[in-house]
Amino acid sequence: MKDYAYFPGCSLKENSKHYEESILPVFKAIGHPLEELEDWNCCGATAYFSVDNDMAAAVCGRNLSLAEKQGKDILAPCAGCYLTLKKSNLFLQSGAPEAKKILGDLKRSGCEYQGRSVVKHPLEVLVREIGLDVIRKKVVRKLTGLKVACYYGCQVVRPYTDFDDPDHPTSLDALMEALGAEPVDYSAKTRCCGGLLTGTIENVGLRLNHLLLKEAKRKGADVIVTVCPLCLFNLELFQDKIIKTYKEDVRIPILFFSQLMGLALGLSRDDLGFSRSTIPLDAFWAKIRNGGQNV
Amino acid sequence: MDIQRKVKYEHELDPGFLAKIKRLSHCEEIDRCIQCGTCSSSCPMSVYMDHPPRQIIGFIKNGYREEALSSFTVWLCSSCYTCQVRCPAKIKITDVMYALKREAIENKIYPHRFSIPLLDKEMTKLIARDGRNSEMRLILRLYLKSFKPFNLLKMTPLGLKLMKTGRMSLKRNRIKGRKQLRALVKAIKENGK
Repeated sequence: MKDYAYFPGCSLKENSKHYEESILPVFKAIGHPLEELEDWNCCGATAYFSVDNDMAAAVCGRNLSLAEKQGKDILAPCAGCYLTLKKSNLFLQSGAPEAKKILGDLKRSGCEYQGRSVVKHPLEVLVREIGLDVIRKKVVRKLTGLKVACYYGCQVVRPYTDFDDPDHPTSLDALMEALGAEPVDYSAKTRCCGGLLTGTIENVGLRLNHLLLKEAKRKGADVIVTVCPLCLFNLELFQDKIIKTYKEDVRIPILFFSQLMGLALGLSRDDLGFSRSTIPLDAFWAKIRNGGQNV
Repeated sequence: MDIQRKVKYEHELDPGFLAKIKRLSHCEEIDRCIQCGTCSSSCPMSVYMDHPPRQIIGFIKNGYREEALSSFTVWLCSSCYTCQVRCPAKIKITDVMYALKREAIENKIYPHRFSIPLLDKEMTKLIARDGRNSEMRLILRLYLKSFKPFNLLKMTPLGLKLMKTGRMSLKRNRIKGRKQLRALVKAIKENGK
């Protein structure tokens, strides 16, 4: 496997610290410790594409250039960073006149990029490169009977579809199965959480997330696992407001897939950021302790 | 009841609008649209839109510049790319929405104090200056510029939850290579002219 430079992005350093706190030990445990990309800058997310297309590619170009100089590919756990870096990378590699112009600007400012970096998501690397057989062998604590709703959201599977299906992805379900958990048939798995709409047009954001929570409950899930910090933020931190607004008990823990993976690999639950959940995890722990049986 | 004409006459349209949008990044394929409506039926935001995506593409193709740029649709688009992967004509619809957002911002056609373009602009300002986003600072700036500060109080319970679990900080994040970043911003600006 090629060496990866870990690209945290802003979320994994602030509101989604528990993603970083679980993804790093997980990669270490399977024998591929990750190092953070030195002096990375913010990917620009959806904001730069909406304001300035050239700058959107340029700020990503600086990161790609940093990774290229280290001879590494980029591993971006945040769905937004993954998509933004990948999209800009494909554009810079395209040979289009606008792309060449930006490559020239990158060179002039000391960030020369020759187009050799590749951007990947941890889910892709775990399932498609390292492989479930390897992971299965490393599982020491099976998550037997834990019912998991696998939520992929948007930007990990769309618009780039090279490692999974854009409408019916299965990689996360397969990974959870390899850990011994039981993925439920979560039909909302790629329905949008609305991204930043919870903050900008709240009623729209709440409605979208209500649908996601409701479907997970309907399918009997004990937990929703996500691959994206913004999805987790919306589903977790707006849950109280959703319950109040729709007068419906859709309470359910929201965790990162890497937290469950860490547990299955035998890492201590104290080292996987579980204490950062704002939703009580008592029922979840009871299920883990009792091998999926309710107490 | 005041009854007004709902359809524009040809001389009121902008005949160069399609050509202009087509020249923008990722919008080259836009005139291949067959108006099938797959985008509108796939879009999770359609029910909130004044004009669903199919109509927006129709506006562009037929020179309805004002309608396309002043529609709420582009701001409701949350970049989920569902329409884009499903479009049978392979139009990069999400990217077309981005292009319209840039056009609308450039021409200052969006509702006053509307939070979404403000958020985009504030975030890019932070990144161009510091190289990193600082979540709390961004949120504070956004509330000051768009909403009444009173609305910030409504967010207090959420902020407290984040604080209690150590997921919020007021510190300003910055990269070391700010000089390099400034050079890059300058180079792009000069080259763009």
